Formats: sequence, C-alpha cells, structure tokens
Amino acid sequence: MDVKLRVQRFDPEAADPKPYWEDFTATIEDNGTVLDALIKVREDTDGTFSLRCSCRSSICGSCAMRINGHAGLACKSQAKDMMIDGVITVEPAGNMPVVKDLVVNFDTFWDKIMAVEPYLKPEGPEPEAEYIASNEAMLHLSDVTSCIMCGACFSDCTVLEVDPSFLGPAALAKAYRFTADPRDGDENGVSKDRLEELTKPSGMWDCTRCMECVQACPKGVAPMDRIMALRDQAIEAGFHNTNGARHTEAFSESVQHSGWLDELRLVPKSLGMTNVSALVGYAPIAIQAITHGKMPPIIHKKIPDSKNVGKIFDKVEGPKKR
Amino acid sequence: MLEHDVLVIGAGLAGMRAAIAARAGGATTAIISKVHPVRSHSNAAQGGINAALTDRGDEWEDHAYDTVKGSDYLGDQDAIEVMCKAAGQALIDMEHFGVTFNRDDEGRLGTRAFGGQRRARTFFVGDFTGQALLHVMFEQLIKSGVRRYEEWFVSSLIIEDGQVCGVMALEVRTGQVYAIRAKTVIFCTGGFGRVFEPSTNALICTGDGTALAYNAGAELMDMEMVQYHPTTLAGSGVLISEAARGEGAYLLDKDGNRFMEKYAPNMMELASRDVVSRAEQTEINAGNGVDGCVYLDCRHLGEALIMEKLSQIREIGIDLVGCDMIKEPIPIRPGMHYAMGGIRTNVDGQTNLPGVYAAGECACVSVHGGNRLGANSLLDTIVFGERSGNHAAEASRSVDYIEFNVDQAVSNEEKRIQAFLDRPQNGDRIASVRLGMGESMNRNLAVYRNEEGMKKTLVELKELEKRYETVPIENKGKVFNTDLIFGLELGFMLDCATPIAMSALDRQDSRGAQARTDYPNRDDENWMKHLVIKKGDSGPELSYAPVSITQWTPEERKY
Repeated sequence: MDVKLRVQRFDPEAADPKPYWEDFTATIEDNGTVLDALIKVREDTDGTFSLRCSCRSSICGSCAMRINGHAGLACKSQAKDMMIDGVITVEPAGNMPVVKDLVVNFDTFWDKIMAVEPYLKPEGPEPEAEYIASNEAMLHLSDVTSCIMCGACFSDCTVLEVDPSFLGPAALAKAYRFTADPRDGDENGVSKDRLEELTKPSGMWDCTRCMECVQACPKGVAPMDRIMALRDQAIEAGFHNTNGARHTEAFSESVQHSGWLDELRLVPKSLGMTNVSALVGYAPIAIQAITHGKMPPIIHKKIPDSKNVGKIFDKVEGPKKR
Repeated sequence: MLEHDVLVIGAGLAGMRAAIAARAGGATTAIISKVHPVRSHSNAAQGGINAALTDRGDEWEDHAYDTVKGSDYLGDQDAIEVMCKAAGQALIDMEHFGVTFNRDDEGRLGTRAFGGQRRARTFFVGDFTGQALLHVMFEQLIKSGVRRYEEWFVSSLIIEDGQVCGVMALEVRTGQVYAIRAKTVIFCTGGFGRVFEPSTNALICTGDGTALAYNAGAELMDMEMVQYHPTTLAGSGVLISEAARGEGAYLLDKDGNRFMEKYAPNMMELASRDVVSRAEQTEINAGNGVDGCVYLDCRHLGEALIMEKLSQIREIGIDLVGCDMIKEPIPIRPGMHYAMGGIRTNVDGQTNLPGVYAAGECACVSVHGGNRLGANSLLDTIVFGERSGNHAAEASRSVDYIEFNVDQAVSNEEKRIQAFLDRPQNGDRIASVRLGMGESMNRNLAVYRNEEGMKKTLVELKELEKRYETVPIENKGKVFNTDLIFGLELGFMLDCATPIAMSALDRQDSRGAQARTDYPNRDDENWMKHLVIKKGDSGPELSYAPVSITQWTPEERKY
C-alpha cells in the first residue's frame, strides 16, 4: 500500500529556521501504521528526518504527534484509516516547543509531573508484607497507571494553550493515581495535603472540561474524568473555600432549588460574597452585559414543577447532598 | 567536570534499581539513558514477575528448581538460588513503592499461572506489568535524587591503562559531546534484539552496552542462547504475552487441533518457551500452519476476563492485524524475544573488568541458562540491579577517580564522530545493512539451527561489516541527529552479531534455545558448560566455563 504523507518539518540549524511542509510517499503493508510509514521515510528516503519512536506497540509513549490535527500515537494509528483525501497530515505534538521535525521538548510536561510529587506517600507504618487492598481498588488505579506519559493529552489541552501555568491533564491524572490509592495519605487513604495543593490556582479547578484529553489519550486513561474525581475528593475532604468548589456548589444548589441557573448570583457566590476586590474586577463585564441587554433577571423564579428537578438530584446523588 | 562514584548506563528497571540502591548506599550516583527512562524497553514485559511467597505456601526452592529445569540445566544454580531467595522481598518492595498489583479475594497479591512452572507464582498488573513497574521505579528514582542524563547517548568508554574510568556521551538534543568520569560503571543497557529481524524488541534494543563492554575486553557468556517467544504477532512480530496462555488460551494448528498435546502432554501450552516455540515451528514446517503462523485462541476465556486481564494485547491485535481475540483466534509465530546471554557477571554484577558491572538483560549471571522462564526477567532486573548498585556503591568508597585529560578525550570523540559523519556517501543505506544482518540472523540462528546456515551467516556478517564502513550519514546537523545515532547503533549491533553466531556454531549440542538439526540431542558429557567469548588481538576468542550445580542433578526435561 502506498501512503502519502504531508509532514511538518523544522530544522533549528537552517539559515532561516521556520516550520515547513514536505510531502512523502511510503510503501508499507496493508495493515501498517502511520509509524511504519514515517519509519520508511526516514530509512529509505530522508535520513535527516527526526522523530522519536521505539516499541511499535503503544507502550513506550515515544511517538505521540498530531495526525490530521489531533494528537495520538503514530504506532496505534492504522494508515489506511487515517487518510483524508488520500493524504495523512502529520505535525509535532502541540503545547511544547519543537526541537526538530516531530521531536518536541518535554521539559514543561515533566516539570508539571514533578510538581505533583509523583511517588507514593503513605503516612502510617509500612506493613511487613504487602498492603491489603481490594482488587477493585487496584483495577481502578490500573486504569490510571496505564498512562504512558506520551503527552498526547498535554498536546491537545485547550487550557494549556492559553494558560501555560495549568498543571494539565497528565499531571492531574498522575496526582489522582495517588489520591485514589488506599495506600497513600492517612490511615483511611485520604491524601489531604495533596488535595489541598491541587485546589490552588493552576490545579484541578482550572480544567474547562473540553474533553480533548479524553479523546487524545491512546490508553483510555480519560484524564478529564480523573480531574472531576479529584474535585469530588477535594470537596469531600473539606476544601470548600475555593472558587471552583464554590462555583460547583452554587451551580448545583441553584439548579436543585429552582430548576435552572441563577446566573446573576453565580458569579458572586463563586468568587465569595465578601471578596470585594474580585467582585469589582467583574464590574466591567456586568456593565457590558447590562448595556447589551444580557442582564439576567434580578428576581430568579423557579420553573414550573421545579421540585421534580430536585427529585432527580435525590435519585442521582442520594437524598443527602454531596 | 561531570563525575560520579557510580554511573549507571541505561534507565530501564535494572538501571533505575541499581541507581536507587547505589544512592541509598551513599554514593554520588548518576544514570544516563539514550531515551527518557519511562521509554525504556522494560515497559514491554507484559505477563508478570515471579516470586515464591512462603505465606502462600510456596518455597523458593521450588521456584529455583523450575528455573533450573527451564534453563535446560545451563543456568548457574548458585546464582539461581540467590535470585529466587531474594524474590519475595523484591516483590514486596515493589508493592510498597506503589505498584498496583492485581489482588485476590482477600486483598492480597494475586497470582497467575505461567510457563514452565508447577504452581502459579506470577504476580501481575493486568497485562502491562513491566510498564507498571517501570513507571513506579521512575517515581522512586525521582524521589532518590539521582542525577539523570536523559536522552544522552553513550558513544564510547574512556579507558586509561586498561581501566574503565568514565564514558563519552552525546547529548542528543544539542549534539554536544561530554566526558563523564566515574569510579564504577554499571551497564544496564538491555538486550540486543534488533540484531534480529523481526524481533519483539523495541527499536532501541541495539546491544550498545554489550558491544561497548565486549570491545573494552569484557567476557560475554551464553551468547548462543537467544529466546524465540512462542507468541509474537504475524507481520510486525510484536509480543503477545504468555499471560494469554497463563490464563488458559490454546494454541491451534490450521485445522483447529491443540498440537501441544504431542509435545508436552502435561503442561500443554504452558511448557517452557523453547519447547513451545519448537513445537510451533515443527508444525509450521510440516505445513500445519497458515502463512507461517499458527493460532492463539482466547475466545473461550470470555470477554470479561480478557477485558480485565488481557486488554492491552487485545488492543495490539486490533491495532496491528485487525483481529479481536474476543471473537477470533489471532495468528502468531515464534519470534526473537530475549537474550539469555550477555556480559558475564558474578552475583554482585561484577564483570572481569575492574569497576565495571552489568545487570538485567545485557548481563549473564547466568540465571536463565539455555532458556529463560517467563516472568523471571523482571525479577532478574530488580534483584541483580539492586545487588550491582549496592556493590558498586561500596566499592567506589575505596577507590579514587582516575585522572585523564578531559579536553583531549572530548576533542578525540568529536573528531571520531565528525569522521563518521564525513564518510563517503555512496554506500548502502543504514536500513539496508541492518535488514541484511537481521534477516540473516533470523534465517540461520532461529528456532532450528545447523552448521551450514550459521557458517553462511558468519560469512554474510563479514560482508555486512564491510558495507557498514561506507553507510552514509545524511544528517550532518547537531540537534537531535537520529541518523547519526542509528549509524552508531548499527555498529554496536554488528559487534554483537558475530559473537552470537560464533558461539552457536561452536556449541555442538541442542540445549534450551539452541536446537541444532545436526546435533539434535543434549550432550551433557561434552557440552554441559558455558561458552565464553572475549575479544582477542586477532578476533573473538572462545573458551569454556563450568556450570554451577548445587542441589539439582541434570536430568531429561519433560513437560
């Protein structure tokens, strides 16, 4: 099978270093992968073409790149499935500076992993034999520890694109791997110090739930779901005093009570009613909303049969509030 | 000046375990790896790690016996005893470090059955045990404070008066050459799988450390013992874990017969790997396969078990051959997988060169002898990684750094690399020489071997070495020059290939992974010995070393 590739290249040592596109054709087996095609290019056509790759079986995490605009592993993508109008478009992973061709600089990726203190921290004494833990708990963790640190989620995270300080999906999923581990933290397996740290700005509350990381992840880790679980853990551990926690609570309170969102009170409740400086900061937005006729109603009325919405809450979350 | 008491080369499981141990032993320690540590090939170990836990009613002696028998009595029994005794604690250490091992109903570590063993003593994390262990070991490495040189390629050793005193390394991202001084060096560079084509091994498994040590005068041992894994995927040759058969999968010929009953009526599909691979190859050669493959059938295991315990290999089947093992048997064949042989060491990782150690797949202690049991390789890396790190840390206390002219060393290496880049550009491409080598090895040093084929490969290797002299390096740049690295790696692979073929040709019996059609029987009288190969002034020199036998007398192997 002939595969046409359109590859973004970059040579930092060129006279005028800037990215450019180059087209290649590679002949591979019918069920060959995008990686097979790229290796063919490197081996048979152009030795100056650089990319990272090693295992060919989705376990080493070396070959994450953007294929047709979305991050994924080249070794996990069958070439015949990736052709759009007969061409596969390949670019380096996003949100990281390009070193050469498809090779990106992972320094910021790893800095963020390091920032979550990525090793088990049990507070109690170590047992002589293994820790006793349920298979269910371990299988749940294994879904997260199957992360291979390929950076696909990091590449396509829309928050990182605008806010490089965000910890990002991989580091937060890594953090969850410890907060959810019955062996980490106190004798009940609660990792309070970690959760407190992660509630700070740039942490768990900065995810905008765009789902890109869930889509990009080649291993089914679903980082966004782990971030949402972190939020539940943080609130459960008593960390209510954050914009994110207040926002979540105000949002659900409003819908539970009236059947719909009280937009006017959501902002002050999220920021904190006494947080004057932050509230003043929102004044220009409020004024704009008023002048554009987007002012939410001052009196927030319940929708008809709103108590049925309350019943849904009871059904989903149990009679007592989360 | 970059200098460390202990410098570990390679950051897979053995390397990181060695570095953590050396650091804990008080030595200034660094680890250098041509890829980021979590990209290392330990990742690819799928099925599990063996240990006999006494609180499960298992005994280390039973594990040791299974290992000795699996090795076809070529493994050194004193070393096997050391490994099997240490296994329980090594396993518990990994659990305490944070590995998310599957559990039994009581919340204790769960086990699965594995090939060549009379009881289930393989502990596992789904079917990605190696990856789970590797990432946890990296977590511990971060915690330990060991200096990490990530994506640094060791291009040569610094030797003064016959003594290794450091390494020359290329920082891949910048192309800059550095000298790193070390009192002790531990090779944990993994296997040489890419010498064969195809192989289950990752593209980085090019035998760098084996070649560097050999060229510096280290002895290599058991190099003829190359394991062909019974279940590698059609086409790419990627590994499909023994865990599938451990969980109960069948091997079928083209007519759906479980042919293993002819070869191992008791253990069936769970006989040791050499036995199963030979059975498959015999069936394929007799025309009972399809397109050079037989089938691995998991359908009767059911979707629930496959999704809980074999989900990753299922994905591999779907991704690479479009075959879902829940619904259909998948085509597999024996494929090159593991090097039992390597740099000869004692149980503390010491080689015949002072201050030079080796551990993991690049080493030969020898605990695997003629054939490694599944799930003993992860154990080997952790036990002997730790022991090497401990010993090197202790040894480095009583020695001083050896002085050498650093500027001169850097400038010499820069010139050497420049000369490599400046070679004539008219030769065959790197890939064509590599493929020539890999296919020749896979043709004549595979499951079945004979004199004629191996001699042919030795002749072909000589020609390939000549062709290597003129492979062009197209990329002349400094930044992330993978072309240069592949060129250097090809040299290392060729350095490994000849000792493998020479050892195999010399051993005139069939034992473990070596099955010769011209010497089909095991000959304990003449060949119950290790083959040692060393670089002499006029080429490789072969010699022999006795096998350590402590309590298990060699007998005929039956499964």
